[in-house]
Amino acid sequence: MRSFTYERPGTPAEAAAAVARTPEAKFIAGGTNLLDLMKLQIETPAHLVDVNGLKLDTIEPTPEGGLRVGALVRNTDLAADPRVRKDYAVLSRALLAGASGQLRNRATTAGNLLQRTRCPYFYDTAQPCNKRRPGSGCAALDGISRTLAVIGSSEACIATHPGDMAVAMRVLDATVETIDAKGAARSIPIAEFHRLPGDRPEVDTTLQAGELITAVTLPKPVAGTHIYRKVRDRASYAYALVSVAAILGKDGSGRVAFGGVAHKPWRVEAAEADLPRGAKAVTDTVFADAKPTHHNAYKLKLAERTLGAALTQARA
Amino acid sequence: MVGASATAALAAVPSAAGAQPARTGEPVLAKVAFTMNGQRRELELDTRTSLLDAAREHLHLTGSKKGCDHGQCGACTMIVDGRRINACLTLAIMHQGAEITTIEGLGQPDSLHPMQAAFVKHDGYQCGYCTPGQICSGVAMLDEIKAGIPSHVTADLTAPVAVTEAEIRERMSGNICRCGAYSNIVEAMTEVAGRRA
Repeated sequence: MRSFTYERPGTPAEAAAAVARTPEAKFIAGGTNLLDLMKLQIETPAHLVDVNGLKLDTIEPTPEGGLRVGALVRNTDLAADPRVRKDYAVLSRALLAGASGQLRNRATTAGNLLQRTRCPYFYDTAQPCNKRRPGSGCAALDGISRTLAVIGSSEACIATHPGDMAVAMRVLDATVETIDAKGAARSIPIAEFHRLPGDRPEVDTTLQAGELITAVTLPKPVAGTHIYRKVRDRASYAYALVSVAAILGKDGSGRVAFGGVAHKPWRVEAAEADLPRGAKAVTDTVFADAKPTHHNAYKLKLAERTLGAALTQARA
Repeated sequence: MVGASATAALAAVPSAAGAQPARTGEPVLAKVAFTMNGQRRELELDTRTSLLDAAREHLHLTGSKKGCDHGQCGACTMIVDGRRINACLTLAIMHQGAEITTIEGLGQPDSLHPMQAAFVKHDGYQCGYCTPGQICSGVAMLDEIKAGIPSHVTADLTAPVAVTEAEIRERMSGNICRCGAYSNIVEAMTEVAGRRA
């Protein structure tokens, strides 16, 4: 691991300023993804700004009837919050489907949004990877790509966003709140938070340098059956091959987002009117522009069937 | 939870470790103080030192094991401020003021923790390498159930959580046992859960 200096600022604005002014600086919260990547020399920050003491760890009601989730709320605490379990069950379910008990105890709301891809070629430093080393090429394109993206990918990158939480937040229309080095606040709709790889796959999100996430705001609860279905290679502690976050009525109407298929949670609102007609009508539209590889074309059928299972669950 | 740690921490960071970037390759030292197994410990560490390496290499508490060093196996599990975490995936200097329990703090050969005794009784191990992590994880896992924290297999998110084999297996998925002693581990944990209920 590359050596680094370390500081603990007192306020969110100080933290943002510290990262903005220090070359090669990064925020550290739970550290469960960042330290893993630092050990592999995939992330090599020269300076760490520890944000754990910034008191951004509460969940508060908003005047609009929603919830404001502090950036440092641990995944365990967000999943277990009685308001989240009752009114945002899709979010509890998504969090509980991810990682292990130990990791959920450390991992934070903001850190979960910022986790890097688990593309095996991103992790293998002996291979080219445009996300890890811009311009070096993409070993995944002709490699083993069964876990990788089927839509929204580019010639430069077919990595997926690996998380579950963000998929639920996408279906909930959450908003990411940030503060920058000058202390200015900004709200980013979750749909615009993660970006597609395009020709700059090294950039995962629309955050600016030094911009710090302070909270994620959930709008007022959405009625319906909250469902998070995750298909993976083993029953626990594995990333999604395909996941479905949905809020559905008895007639199947509602909203749906897909995980494990793209560089960001994948939701096509225009397709949702077709939900009462069944899964295929929806996935035909949602994945109309899919460009799967030979290895991962199965994900298209899997997405249809996983949504089908969610619809069956909602109608029961 | 760790109210004191955040504010008290600033003083523990030398000013040299402030905004100055490290010259490549040059180690950076920082001070940290926490309580491990009831004993106050003060250390000056390379900032890169994981909590696991601080315990094993600096405090010579070698009960916690290094398996994968990437948070995948759970052999390093410690209980920090009442919560089980992967000690390999956290920096020691991030734990200023924390209360940390390792397997050595749970029990000793002449005063076994009930979970340790249950592992002996049910033969919950073969080689024993994953055992300290399994036991620390299991003790904290039962506390999580007691606190009403749901899991992936909890059918009703708004109902109290029951201690079932399915709940224990799901909640222990972050602890790998390559000898495959899982069924005996579940028996040991079920017995301890029953005793506490």
